Amino acid sequence: MSERKQILKIRDLSVSFHTANGLVRAVRGLNMDVYKGETVAIVGESGSGKSVTVKEVMGIHTPNEVIEGGSIAFTYDSGSGEKTVDLLTISPHFMQNQLKGKHIAMVFQDPMTSLDPTMTIGKQLMEGMMLHLHLSRKEAAGRAVELLQMVGISDPEKRLKNYPHQLSGGMRQRVVIAIALSCDPDLLICDEPTTALDVTIQARILQLIMDLQKKFNISVIFITHNLGVVAKVADYVNVMYAGKIIETGRTEDVFFDPRHPYTWGLLSSMPDLSGNKEDRLYTIQGNPPNLLNEIKGDAFAPRNPYALEIDFEEEPPMFKINSHHQAATWLLDPRSPKVEMPDQLRRRIEIMKREDASNGGN
Amino acid sequence: MAETKEPLLMVRGLKQYFRVSKTFTVKAVDDISFDIFPGETYGLVGESGSGKSTTGQAIIRLYEPTAGRIVFNGEDISGNLSKQQSAMLRTNMQMVFQDPMASLNPYKKIIDTIAMGLDARFPHMETKERNERVYTIMEKVGLSKSQANRYPTQFSGGQRQRVGLARALIMNPKLIIADEAISALDVSIQAQVVNLMKDVQQETGTAYLFIAHDLSMVRYISDHIGVMHLGHLVETGCTEEIFENPVHPYTKSLLSAIPRMNPHVERGRRPMEYDPKAFHIRYTEGTAHSLTETHRVLATDTEFAEWTQ
Repeated sequence: MSERKQILKIRDLSVSFHTANGLVRAVRGLNMDVYKGETVAIVGESGSGKSVTVKEVMGIHTPNEVIEGGSIAFTYDSGSGEKTVDLLTISPHFMQNQLKGKHIAMVFQDPMTSLDPTMTIGKQLMEGMMLHLHLSRKEAAGRAVELLQMVGISDPEKRLKNYPHQLSGGMRQRVVIAIALSCDPDLLICDEPTTALDVTIQARILQLIMDLQKKFNISVIFITHNLGVVAKVADYVNVMYAGKIIETGRTEDVFFDPRHPYTWGLLSSMPDLSGNKEDRLYTIQGNPPNLLNEIKGDAFAPRNPYALEIDFEEEPPMFKINSHHQAATWLLDPRSPKVEMPDQLRRRIEIMKREDASNGGN
Repeated sequence: MAETKEPLLMVRGLKQYFRVSKTFTVKAVDDISFDIFPGETYGLVGESGSGKSTTGQAIIRLYEPTAGRIVFNGEDISGNLSKQQSAMLRTNMQMVFQDPMASLNPYKKIIDTIAMGLDARFPHMETKERNERVYTIMEKVGLSKSQANRYPTQFSGGQRQRVGLARALIMNPKLIIADEAISALDVSIQAQVVNLMKDVQQETGTAYLFIAHDLSMVRYISDHIGVMHLGHLVETGCTEEIFENPVHPYTKSLLSAIPRMNPHVERGRRPMEYDPKAFHIRYTEGTAHSLTETHRVLATDTEFAEWTQ
């Protein structure tokens, strides 16, 4: 970890959607950084704004959406030197021709809906390469075979002529990853790439993404709600709640020293194999807030057993814990009463640390 | 203990084949046997296509089982059902489905959805009593009485799954088949529903057949676990036996595929690969080998010796 080159810098991003019921404030002032060659995970419940955030990065807009403010600075190598653009202000044409697929690529949740059922996978693989890298059909076909081999598909020449429905779910997701990587992107966005897959296949796909990331030194934004997956792939974690990042830090920070009550809740509600089989799982009471309504104070306050009075009045700022760990909760304010994380979670973290000391692998 | 109790559900050599064409038959479930005891939870796990849902559906008789015996509540329910048997089965065995939105009628108020079993079984029940019963059940699953006249769209995913559970519970069933009942829910909501199911079990003493692919959640709720692969029950045993002493390589690979919550451990770990062909395992040649009273594994004699040494 010598010098880190920042490639994505999101500042104060706010996105809303017009709906029949009114304006839904999906993302409310989000800051995020992504550095070269690192994996950043975004975790949160459905509806917390994870996908909306990365769709803004990818330039996928819907007619009813309003970008209320903010900037997304993306730094890339344009061939003639380094270039930084604001993804929110560039023209859709530029996005489509210069960035999408070439510098930023995305892997979606459901591999069946993200592949075109009427095109062979060979054609879908070659399309991007012919457009962005100006390869001839033959060159592109050759590279397509290499790519399929790389993602672990046997018999790649034969597979090029297959249609998506002829492949299994895991195979399809491999094809989607091959397409995403076909033009050597700088940034790969994975939006719940393994949620629709089985555990055994999930493990293989995650390993594949990690191996390829190391090989090509690309940056990855990884969206998931499975904290086990985060533990495996991420260098940095952003915990998102109601359109805001409420805790951010290195993976070790968030797993071993969580500070926000929501992160405590998330970590404790995950069933885990290590440790005792407790009788009850911890649950976060209540439901996520409706983003149609104006949120006053901390969005998590109504569900937060540790909420202070100020949580209902004023929104907490990001408190710095150390150079790489921040959390937005009033509990970190020096004036607030000292509140410790729940016992159950503390015990679990202690077990994890012990497990850590006793064996590095397995 | 469990051994002295009479099993509530006894499945012996259950086969469920689907004939696709003259030459091709899908053997979705191939010769599986297990028991569920009253008030206990049996977790059935395996990857998609392993036949776990088919097993559940064959037991509740959405299919005609091809072969095998299913004894539920002391009655053989695998053949043609008599009227009494059918009535007994429909009241004492209920199902909760995966997708709470797709399994609820969007045009029906949830009070009517929940009361459907009552309406079918006791058509002459007085409206007041019927509604009272629905309210009691709703309270039990953590819904309030005031929500009874709402439609499914007005509920969140977790609440809808509570409605599904209430609908199953209203007949006081002895066994509830929960087919991936929590897979479609968010993590924090999953924990809520699992806790609720545990509470309900303690209160009413109903047994669950809990079908899922998420082993870590199954560990929390199950007393016994069965692992299915390609239509075969490759290993079954107490939760502790399966998690602490897995014998079959498929069970081992399934366990190793679950991501651990510990970043230090998880990052360098490579899950175990499993391919029955590479391991030269032929399920059809294996027989059930018992390790303990409850722990059984499907293997040939040589495989068994190799795995347990």
